[in-house]
Parts: sequence; C-alpha cells; structure tokens
Amino acid sequence: MVESAPVMSVSWPAHVFHELQTARVVQVAYVPDAGHGALIDLCHADTAMRAVSLTTEEEGVAMLAGAWLGGQRGALLLQSSGVGNCINMLALNQECRIPLLALVTMRGEWGEFNPWQVPMGRSTGAALETAGVLVYRADAADDVAPTVRAAAALAFHSSRAVAVLIGQRVVGTKSFAK
Amino acid sequence: MTAPLDRRAATARMLRDRGDALVVTGLGNPTYDVAAAGDTPLNFYFWAAMGGAAMAGLGLALAQPRRRVLVVTGDGEMLMGLGSLATIGAEQPLNLGIVVLDNEHYGETGMQVAHTGRGVDLAGIAAATGFKLAVTVRTEGEVDSLAAQLFTVPGPLFAAVKVSTSPSPTSLPPRDGPYLRSRFREALLGPDAHV
Repeated sequence: MVESAPVMSVSWPAHVFHELQTARVVQVAYVPDAGHGALIDLCHADTAMRAVSLTTEEEGVAMLAGAWLGGQRGALLLQSSGVGNCINMLALNQECRIPLLALVTMRGEWGEFNPWQVPMGRSTGAALETAGVLVYRADAADDVAPTVRAAAALAFHSSRAVAVLIGQRVVGTKSFAK
Repeated sequence: MTAPLDRRAATARMLRDRGDALVVTGLGNPTYDVAAAGDTPLNFYFWAAMGGAAMAGLGLALAQPRRRVLVVTGDGEMLMGLGSLATIGAEQPLNLGIVVLDNEHYGETGMQVAHTGRGVDLAGIAAATGFKLAVTVRTEGEVDSLAAQLFTVPGPLFAAVKVSTSPSPTSLPPRDGPYLRSRFREALLGPDAHV
C-alpha cells in the first residue's frame, strides 16, 4: 500500500480558498471528494459563499452557467472521474463563451491502488481539451494556488472554460487499508 | 379524461403574468414554445446541453434571490437531469419554479415514447425530493391556478403539464450563444454585465 505522499506544504486548500475569495467566487458546486475535502469545508463555512453538493458533475457545469448569467462567479470542484460526466454540458461554455473555473483532483496516476480509476485519469486532460477547456496542471502543492489564480483570471476576464488539474501526488494517494 | 393541453396555449398562459421573471428553457420544443409566447432578453434558451436546464435555473435563482426564475423544459430533458431535482430539493430555492411540458415523447427525435408515457410520475419524484409544490396539470383550469402560483408562492415549485403531441407552428428564437448570454446579462445586470 502506498502511503499518502503530499509534497511540501499541506495548506494548499487554504491558499486555493483565498484565491477563490479574491476572484469573487460566490457559488461553489461540488461532488463530495476526499481530495477537495478541506476546501469544500472552507467554502461551506464562509457565509459569503454558497456551496452546493451535486449528484453528478455536469449539474455543476449547468448551475455555474446559470450563476454567471445571473451575475455571480462560481467554481466547480470535482475529481478526474467526474470530468467525463461533464463533456456534453460543456457545450454551454464553448458555444456561449460562458466562463468556467474547474478544479480537478486527479485519480488513477501517482501510486493509484484502484485500477478502475486509471482509464478516466489518463484521459482527463485530453477529454477536457477536446471539449474546448483550457487545461493547466499543478504537481506540487506550492504551485496549486498560483495556478488557480491564473486560471480564475483567464476564465473570468477572458470568458473561457479553464480547468486546473491537481496531481495525485499533491492530493495524496487514497489508502484502501482499513 | 380531457384532451391533452395545447403546449403553446399553456405556455403563453403561464408566462402571461411573468413580470420581470427570468426564464430558462430546455432544448427543443420548450425553447420554441417560450419564444412563441414572446421573445425577450430575459429568456435564456438552451439549444443543446440536454439535462442542464433545471440546474442553470438553480444557479440563476441563487444569484438573483429577488427575482423569480422559471425553467420551462420537456419531459425527456428533465428525465436526463433527474438528479438535479434531488439537488434542488436539497437546496430549497424559494424563487425557483420548474415547468415540464410533458408530451410523454421525444419530439425532436421522432416522437419515441418517453418514460413519462410508461408510468413514470415526474411530479411524484419532485414531491419526494422536497419541492414545496409538485403537481401534474391536465386542464386549462389547472393551468390557470398554476399560473397564479408560479411567480408568487415560495418555491421550489414543480409542475408537469400534460400536453398533446400535435405539431406547433415553427417558432425559432435566436440561437447564437454569445448573443443570447450577452443580451440576457445586459438586460439583467445593466453595465455590470461588462465588468
């Protein structure tokens, strides 16, 4: 069993939360995820934000498009396995040039135990790019917040769909030991 | 049983007193029906992204708590986004309503029967997820009473309006995405739309 192996700082969720605040993100849509757990908790605890738990990730793509039409910025927090669920809904962003900021925690790569996570993990970046999303990646904890900052600026200033892939090496590998 | 309702007449009746409400449509006939009732920048028409109309309505309703938001969609589109009823039920937005124009078929693809034509009760599902009002509407009188509630009583509200499969005259609103989103935001947000 590979132990969790976060690289350097473990406070990246707090730094990302600060970037979301700075970018005036109000609506945060997510499917519950261990990798995003600390960030989700921070968003729920902030009375200026509205964190919404989804049944499936494409709900968040549509919800945040509605939020933006209504004048609020949002962020979608998801795991790489959820990216595949979003593909058709991303037509909203590509055709209408509606911003999207998606933060994706990766599975199926660094030390993955579960082989069923590997296929979507391997195709996450390519699937997003094919669907018109600009894709950035952070593989060190200290790179996550600056990458989110740049992605948020690009998304909201240039009206583009932007995803940040947060490497499994940063998130930590899930342990299946009970 | 009465004859199924005419979708255009029912849509026009429900939207007659919309005031400054914001309307999101699901792809296909509901987009055409809402356009036929009167095109306005405060309509946002889906032309694809099937299954997303209700959730776009939720995001909009949360962003604009002082405005009423109405989603008008079809039964096939709602079935594809069934989980969104659970999400909306959990969030309890007071200003959101969803009207499904339910002809029990997939109109855009050749009138194949949908699950709503095989016994699946969308209003029952909405009730089970916590919608404050969840009704199936079959008569003009029921459309009138629904119309009186849609923009007034606290939500979330849900109605499956049973409509006929009879074809309607062509009514195609604009479909250029950047135009639709920019005119909607400008009408709603004024100069802030461009910040």
